[in-house]
Amino acid sequence: MFAAINIERHRLRKDRWLRYFVGIGGISVIIAITLIFFYLLYVVLPLFSSAEVELQHQYPLQGEQSAYLGLEEQGTMAVRVNTNGTVIFFNVPDGRIVDQQPLNLPASIKTVATMPPNVIALGLANGQALVMRYRFEISYPNDQRTIAPIIEYPLGVPLIDIDPNQQSLKQLAIQFDEDNVGIAAVTDDNRLLFSAFTREQSLFDDEIVLEQQASQMLTLDANINHLLLKADLTSIYTTQANGLLSYYAINDDKIVHRQQIATGQSQITTARFLLGGISLLIGDNQGTIQQWFPVRDQQGNFQLQQIRQFTLASSITTLTSEHRRKGFAAANDQGDIGIFYSTSHRRLYQQKLSDKAIRALAFSPRGKHLLAIDDHNTLYVLKVNNEYPEISWAALWEKIWYEDYQQPAYIWQSSAADNDFEPKLSLVPLSFGTLKGAFYAMLFAIPIGLLGAIFAAQFMAPPMRQIVKPTIETMEALPTVILGFLAGLWLAPYVEGHLPGVFTLLLVLPIGFLLFGWLWQYFPLRNRFDGWQALILVPVILMLGWLSLELSRPMEQLFFAGDMRQWLEQVLGLDYDQRNALVVGVAMGFAVTPTIFSIAEDAIFSVPQHLIRGSLALGATRWQTLVKVILPTASPGIFSAIMMGFGRAVGETMIVLMATGNTAVMDWSIFEGMRTLSANIAVEMPESEVNSTHYRVLFLAALVLFLFTFLFNTVAEIIRQRLREKFSSL
Amino acid sequence: MKKTWWNSGQPWIWLNAGALSLALIAVAGLLILIAVRGLSHFWPAQVLEVQYHHNQQNLTLIGEIVDEEHIFASQSGELISRYLFKIGNRELDGYDFKWLDQDDIIDQAAIPELMVLERMEWGNFYGNMVNIKENNTVIAESDWSILQERLERVEQLRQQIRKIEKHDIGSINYQLERLRLKERKLALAGKSDAQIEEQRKILQTEFQQFQLQLKDLRQAIQRDSLSARVMDGQIVNIPLVTIVKAYQPNAMNIGEKLVLYFQNMWAFMSGEPREANTEGGIFPAIFGTVLMVMLMSLFVTPFGIVAALYLREYARQGLLVRLIRIAVNNLAGVPSIVYGVFGLGFFVYFLGGNLDALFFPEALPAPTFGTPGILWSSLVLALLTLPVVIVATEEGLARIPRSLREGSLALGATKAETLWRIVLPMASPALMTGMILAVARAAGEVAPLMLVGVVKLAPSLPLDGNFPFLHLDRKFMHLGFHIYDVGFQSPNVEAARPLVYATALLLVLVIVLLNLTAITWRNRLREKYKALES
Repeated sequence: MFAAINIERHRLRKDRWLRYFVGIGGISVIIAITLIFFYLLYVVLPLFSSAEVELQHQYPLQGEQSAYLGLEEQGTMAVRVNTNGTVIFFNVPDGRIVDQQPLNLPASIKTVATMPPNVIALGLANGQALVMRYRFEISYPNDQRTIAPIIEYPLGVPLIDIDPNQQSLKQLAIQFDEDNVGIAAVTDDNRLLFSAFTREQSLFDDEIVLEQQASQMLTLDANINHLLLKADLTSIYTTQANGLLSYYAINDDKIVHRQQIATGQSQITTARFLLGGISLLIGDNQGTIQQWFPVRDQQGNFQLQQIRQFTLASSITTLTSEHRRKGFAAANDQGDIGIFYSTSHRRLYQQKLSDKAIRALAFSPRGKHLLAIDDHNTLYVLKVNNEYPEISWAALWEKIWYEDYQQPAYIWQSSAADNDFEPKLSLVPLSFGTLKGAFYAMLFAIPIGLLGAIFAAQFMAPPMRQIVKPTIETMEALPTVILGFLAGLWLAPYVEGHLPGVFTLLLVLPIGFLLFGWLWQYFPLRNRFDGWQALILVPVILMLGWLSLELSRPMEQLFFAGDMRQWLEQVLGLDYDQRNALVVGVAMGFAVTPTIFSIAEDAIFSVPQHLIRGSLALGATRWQTLVKVILPTASPGIFSAIMMGFGRAVGETMIVLMATGNTAVMDWSIFEGMRTLSANIAVEMPESEVNSTHYRVLFLAALVLFLFTFLFNTVAEIIRQRLREKFSSL
Repeated sequence: MKKTWWNSGQPWIWLNAGALSLALIAVAGLLILIAVRGLSHFWPAQVLEVQYHHNQQNLTLIGEIVDEEHIFASQSGELISRYLFKIGNRELDGYDFKWLDQDDIIDQAAIPELMVLERMEWGNFYGNMVNIKENNTVIAESDWSILQERLERVEQLRQQIRKIEKHDIGSINYQLERLRLKERKLALAGKSDAQIEEQRKILQTEFQQFQLQLKDLRQAIQRDSLSARVMDGQIVNIPLVTIVKAYQPNAMNIGEKLVLYFQNMWAFMSGEPREANTEGGIFPAIFGTVLMVMLMSLFVTPFGIVAALYLREYARQGLLVRLIRIAVNNLAGVPSIVYGVFGLGFFVYFLGGNLDALFFPEALPAPTFGTPGILWSSLVLALLTLPVVIVATEEGLARIPRSLREGSLALGATKAETLWRIVLPMASPALMTGMILAVARAAGEVAPLMLVGVVKLAPSLPLDGNFPFLHLDRKFMHLGFHIYDVGFQSPNVEAARPLVYATALLLVLVIVLLNLTAITWRNRLREKYKALES
């Protein structure tokens, strides 16, 4: 008796247990889907966050005002150069001085020029300049990170004579590389000087010898307050306090004045280069910062062009650019600092730091620390968390004017070899490519899938189903890697070699079907083969196909001077890529056709019989019944078939990866390739650094794909379910 | 008459029929194309010695015709043929292929003595054998049987070497690595173990013994070589160790060719890839694909079945179920690359990274599970194929007549018992169908795997004789990725193309067979249940 109850309990417990288990299993499916969505979102969201800045230390500095400020990689040691000519290395957290070196200058410092990341040039009152470089040598004795500051003289220890007249230098700019050195300066009596040197290492010791190659001079008629020299030594930019910006080209040992332009700023207070030395940043006393860079005009001459503008409350006192990105920080006379990014046109941070004007700013090389000094000689140490400044809505989806481009453009170019590279992360060309690929795929898939489905559902003889169904299902199951490989390695070269034939085929096939159908009505046994038309047409297609392709060469010879590809390029001006949208259209059309076919066939086939019979009984022909009764009834199903097909074409990866050149061009031409979101992910994801901006943008591309297909599929599915209910109620 | 025909709608019906027949032709054509190109790869083709003139010179070429196209001759403007010859001997000429116009060919002959050598490096060799040497002294003129004997000896030695390298030394290396990790683990915990050093010493002596054996074997295998004359009359020396196979296709009859054909096919299926995957076999790719798909089925089946049971048997048919259905359908429509991205971020970096930190700190910074591998690949594909299994299982459950369930419940069985004893056994063929479809889908999917675990060349299989035998953290090779990689990323695509077709054929065959099985199975089931219902 007890045993029986126990067994009973045991059974019930098992029953309950299974209920929970299955319930959990079912719900976990939903969780899996939401997990995909939320995980993608979780990775993407930080892209749009602002910079976080934390004030870590704040203390007064001893001694003179600083003319220069610089910071070591990890933000633990910094360097400042005083106005009296002393280089001081100090500990960032507490300001303790580590090393102090007087430079013993023969005259007072009048101006300071920098060449990022770590070169300082001091312009003196006697027309000479001192060029020095600091370095932090890091070693790990006993696993302890030790920093030894070092001062070097990359252009030699002796001072460099800049002005032969020994006038005081008012402005200075310097650029050099392994071999060439260029120094520009403005003297007190308003002469613009430019000297070029070659830099050689002496054979006997490590002494560096400068040999002057050229020296030019131009007398200016205005007061210059900032001077910038481009890294390739081809251009000099100057600003005047009254808001004028000038551009001088250095051509064959001559300084040529090229352009003077009003910036529209009332009074220019600061100017400097962004990373890479292409863009100029100009700050004024109203708190605006303009970004300018040279753009080639129609004649091929460079003209300075204002690109964008940033604001920071009141008069800008100092600007500093990041060492590895196109970002910068600015400060004003109210003690505000702001962190900006040029490409994405973002202000990532703005905060009041001090009551006094800020005089100097410096980023650490990785951009994780920012130093500021105010008028009271107080040093502020800021920890900056600014991982993803490159991204904004505009940077992703709008036209952006990138450096060295003639106009704003949509560009995807995520990485390049050099460090000064400006990442171009517009998703527009990729989305365009995705839609283009899907469009051409649908161009092939819709006619074949839909018309085929109509025939299969309404006109086909039932025994033929035995052939058609498995064939279409096989078609659906074929791995896309195989389709892509055939498209890229077989179809693309074949189409290239038989262009006229391929286009003839597109034209000849429908005409051939009609012609054959017309002839068929005179065939005596025609009624016996009703419903087998699709099979009867097989030899017709094979013959027409063979004919068109065989005649391709002669046609090419006859109409296109032997090479249609060349003809396209020369006569119509169309570029031809071997792996192009036509090839993708055919291959992806092949992949999508079965999806459209199955869903559309299902919808047409399940139109209630009594509707069809009623129509036929009233004397309508089968075609009239189809057009007037069946298709309208099944149209939601057909619509959802097309949407599902489109959704599949949008997400397809392997075919586009293999059958296009994967270049992110924006052109609807059928003869050119594309780069789609999905193929882009497949190509770039394995190489992107985890949690970098690039990585997260690729996740964003995946999220876009996810949302896009989610939307399409949900709509299609809801329509389909409605239709099913409608049919069952009929 | 004409007008009525036009109005009757017949033309439209013909157009519709044409569309369908185009689709059918496309499928058939594709399968035939792959089959023809893939299968012809193994056939020992005739080798021709061709006399041709080029720049008023008469030259000789030895090779097999692999392609033909029609072009307009530059002078006459007539349509002529040109042939693509595979001439091999890549190390001598720098290229494998040469186009020859029909007009330039003076004479061609299939001389029976022409010999083809399949080599470990540099692709095929074509030429005439001159003599065979042992330690650089000639022991025989071009004697075919002696060559075969010597080649057999080389092959045996090669197998011994491979056994030692792969099996014995591989195992020692693996054990040494495990020792290193164990030591580091102990060091992390602040302990040490003297035994480890001892074991290492033992292993190292064993290792040295094997090295000595290897040295002897390597010397022995270098002994023989042959000299051959190539098409421009030059005589080259070829060590037998570099030869995989030697044959004289022109001297073979159809039976011998057939034997060689199937041998080639077998070598392709069971061999290791050579020359950056462009030659040799694809066994690791087959193995990787199969193992990955098996792991995937292990994950997807229980989840799919439980989810289907929930949807069909337990959940109240309301909004929630409707939402789940839409979600499942959406899951099927989400692009596969998105699964790849999710898998890379969530499984590999998040889950894998945390697993490493928890369980494998001794191996860090080298990741164990925090890097793409076969486990993550199969999990991603399981997620991807989940809808397939759910839909098929649901369909199977829906087709079981109500009367059976009610009968069981009426006899006092609980719901769990009804499900376990009555419903699931009856639905099991449907479950199998779902699984087969899932396997077919998974076997052909490549895009997500490129992110979560596939590599072009894996040093070792994920399953081997070293404990714990199944290495879920290893990367693997995959047929689909192999096609992409060899066809698009290899330096010598032209030479590798036949191999890609053969690989594609294998993949297509597997997938089409799986699908057709599932389809027939499903159709038979439908018939059966129709009979039950009536």
